[in-house]
Amino acid sequence: MEIAGYPLRRMRARLIEGIDAPLFALALALAAIGLAALYSASYENASRVATQLANLAVAIAAMWAVAQVPPQTLARFALPAYMLALALLLAVALAGEVVNGARRWLSVGVLRFQPSEMMKIAMPMMLAWYFHRREGAIRLRDFALAGLFLAVPVLLVARQPDLGTALLIAAAGFYVIFFAGIGWKVLAGLAAVTLASLLPLWGLMHDYQRKRILTLLDPTTDPLGAGYHIIQSTIAVGSGGITGKGWLNGSQTHLEFIPERHTDFIFAVYSEEFGLIGNVALLALYSLLIARGLSIAAAASTPFTRLFAGAVTMIFFTYVFVNMGMVAGILPVVGVPLPFVSYGGTSLLTLFTGIGILMSIHRHRKLVQT
Amino acid sequence: MHFAELKNYAGELRDFQLRLGIAGLLVLAAFGLLLARFVWLQVLQHDAYRAKAEENRIAIVPVAPSRGLVLDRNGEVLARNYLAYTLEIFPAQVRNLDDTIAQLAGFVDIQPRDRARFRKLLQETRNPESLPIRTRLTDEEVARVAANRWRFTGVDIKARLFRQYPYGEVASHVIGYIGRITTRDLERLEGLELDANYRGSDYIGKAGIEASYQQELHGITGLERVEIDAAGRGMRSLSRVPAQAGNNISLTLDIRLQEVAERAFGARRGALVAIEPATGGVLAFVSKPGYDPNLFVDGIDPQSWDALNNSPDHPLNNRAIAGVYPPGSTFKPFMALAALELGKRTPRTTINDPGYFVFGDRRFRDSKPGGHGTVDMYKSIVKSSDVYYYMLANDLGIDAIAGFMKRFGFGTRTGIDLEGEAAGVLPSREWKQARFSQPEQRKWYAGETISVGIGQGYNAYTPAQLAQALATLANNGDMFRPRLVSHVDNARTGERRYVEPQLVRQLQLRPEHLAVVKNAMAGVNTEGTAARAFAGAQYSSGGKTGTAQVVGMKQNEKYDETKVAEHLRDHSLYIAFAPLEGPKIALAVLVENGGFGVRAAAPIARTVLDYFLLGKLPAAPKKPAPVSEVQTDAESD
Repeated sequence: MEIAGYPLRRMRARLIEGIDAPLFALALALAAIGLAALYSASYENASRVATQLANLAVAIAAMWAVAQVPPQTLARFALPAYMLALALLLAVALAGEVVNGARRWLSVGVLRFQPSEMMKIAMPMMLAWYFHRREGAIRLRDFALAGLFLAVPVLLVARQPDLGTALLIAAAGFYVIFFAGIGWKVLAGLAAVTLASLLPLWGLMHDYQRKRILTLLDPTTDPLGAGYHIIQSTIAVGSGGITGKGWLNGSQTHLEFIPERHTDFIFAVYSEEFGLIGNVALLALYSLLIARGLSIAAAASTPFTRLFAGAVTMIFFTYVFVNMGMVAGILPVVGVPLPFVSYGGTSLLTLFTGIGILMSIHRHRKLVQT
Repeated sequence: MHFAELKNYAGELRDFQLRLGIAGLLVLAAFGLLLARFVWLQVLQHDAYRAKAEENRIAIVPVAPSRGLVLDRNGEVLARNYLAYTLEIFPAQVRNLDDTIAQLAGFVDIQPRDRARFRKLLQETRNPESLPIRTRLTDEEVARVAANRWRFTGVDIKARLFRQYPYGEVASHVIGYIGRITTRDLERLEGLELDANYRGSDYIGKAGIEASYQQELHGITGLERVEIDAAGRGMRSLSRVPAQAGNNISLTLDIRLQEVAERAFGARRGALVAIEPATGGVLAFVSKPGYDPNLFVDGIDPQSWDALNNSPDHPLNNRAIAGVYPPGSTFKPFMALAALELGKRTPRTTINDPGYFVFGDRRFRDSKPGGHGTVDMYKSIVKSSDVYYYMLANDLGIDAIAGFMKRFGFGTRTGIDLEGEAAGVLPSREWKQARFSQPEQRKWYAGETISVGIGQGYNAYTPAQLAQALATLANNGDMFRPRLVSHVDNARTGERRYVEPQLVRQLQLRPEHLAVVKNAMAGVNTEGTAARAFAGAQYSSGGKTGTAQVVGMKQNEKYDETKVAEHLRDHSLYIAFAPLEGPKIALAVLVENGGFGVRAAAPIARTVLDYFLLGKLPAAPKKPAPVSEVQTDAESD
């Protein structure tokens, strides 16, 4: 028997159940900053902001749903999700759609999506699940096998070609392997092999990929071509100064000098208008988010959950570092959005799903393993 | 084995937590690196990046000044500007020019000549910013292009000032024309370090006053600081330094007199230069045929260019300063003056003119068969005796002739304020020495002096030189540099700057010698070779007819005009000044292949003098007189 008035309170309780307040507040604060920067980047046209708000609603709903799912259930989906993502990547390689010279998209009816995006979550989930199964008996061959699980999709994505996403997937897998306890000597050996293989890798790269790296070393060699993005975004950041030019007052932004200003280069817009103070605030928010994620990983009760939580958190970090590094001109231009800030439904969905996973892991940390 | 695995749970967890700590440190290190980079960019390098952002944001756009006007002595506008819309293409922004032009042709009328002109401009212009494909669009065309503007990149409609020459062909060789600045023009401007002031200018004077007074007419380019976006589109003006319009040039030329003179030429080729003796100011300046300078303004199309350039009449040649002709008998008054000044003749000295002069084994014929009988200086000029001057030339010798004539400006550029003036040839030993390479050709032969005496032989002068020499004679030996510009008005300050008459030299001629020659020249127009042309003139004047041979005649050959192809016929010349006392005008007329001087050139001079002195407009053109009527002794020069 329920007393009247209770259903509302119960519904509210049901809604906030499993939502980690600090994590949610941090993600929302970052998204709010993103909306403000987006409004400036859209030249005070609200329509794109409205679209992003709708994307945000969908992403939060996904976060909420994922947060309700116990990690054990997630673990059950690890292998199927990985296999599906791998199959889709193969399908892309064989029958994908070519957009802007890269074969990244798969069309199913009216839907068109990038399976590589799915792999960003499926990869760490799969590896976490694998190491979870081998808990307490992890040998070098397990790492070798994990390396194989990692290498195949990474190479497929790199071949599309989408170097940025391939690097992010590789990073996600690497974090799991790292957290799973790969030996330091093995790690050092791998690092040596990686460095040694850079030269042959250079030979395999596409011209535009090589150009991006060369341009990073000296952007002025191609000021109107490949160097243009980096030059203009560093000018935006540098001209922002300590206090910034003020919201909606960035000349680099408003005179269209910043390319991709809604998406990958939105940090240049933000940094020009809010300056060093704004940048420090943004870094602080990300640091808190990452600290919260790492603490959730530390408190997680099973290998699957702690590996998964650790990897997801470090993926957030990787996004932030690669994106800001690119805009500030210390990393090559790769298509990586600034988490929660850049415009785009797919990346918001992936990121909030990651937040949902962390929430789920946090909520079920005390559950006894069956 | 199994036991060892069990024991590892705790170890793995510890290891995991250690690795989480390492990951946390990695995050801190990476964010620290980013922070350091932000401090570098936003604090330490801030000034440099702020400057770069400003540089990005602001473009300095030159503002072309409006070109000064050209006016005649009475303020009639000879060259002006008007605003019109042009359709322009920015070649750097257009991928396929042919496609773009073909698409544009769907909205505006683009003729093959427009395309040809565009191609020509594209070749001639260095780093062209924008080039017109169509000029002077109609309002309807402007509206059509504007409505479809979004279809095109690198295409725009611009409002531009265009030059217009309301009198068309009249005085075209004086006013000249402007044209687009070519690579060669730009190199010349760079050499003069004037290129900065031409940023934003598309046009430059190419000929005539437009070229020689280019710097005055051009004005000073202004600047506008414009905020631009990444595509270079102007967003808003931040500040501007206005352009200063070019100065207005007022000529000494009287466009009405000019019209009268040009009409008097009709379809004939030739030149006329009329000078105010006391100042050197040019009153009329004709080179026929002319051309329509308006054709050149927005870049002449190749078809019209070929028509002008390949015409056998050479309309682009400025005959008045660049054409050189033997002066014929118009040389005789100067020869007579030389004889008096050098003491070789007195006015009363007589010779016998039997119709020929024998020098060595050569016979020099007089143009009048049978000769003029007893001839003194007066008669030698009035009746134009050749034998008198054959003998005189022989007595003076080439050195004395060249020395005297040089002071009258013969064979020296007059320094008129137009470009492209020729020097002509004043024959002398030195000239021949320098001119030829074969030793036997370089030597001066005494026989060559004889024909120099009647203005033939190597003599070759421009009509402007002849007019200047006559003006000097009329002005009693004070020689002024001929000039076309009277004053320059600063359009901004209203300040007026007069071009002072420039005295070249004073010849210090004896007044009684001048009086003898002038009196004889007056006789030419009252009882001599030009008496018919000046019948009933209501003012006093002095003149001299002349005929310049185009082809040399053999000893016993009789020149028969009707049997000679037109372009080989003699040139007709006439020089005159009026009135006799205090002359206001001195002029030289040349009609190419016009035959005897009195027939073609003298009536033109009469028409010009009548209008200038009396304001009398010529009557309807008369039919040319029948040949038999004019075959009289007055005809011989």
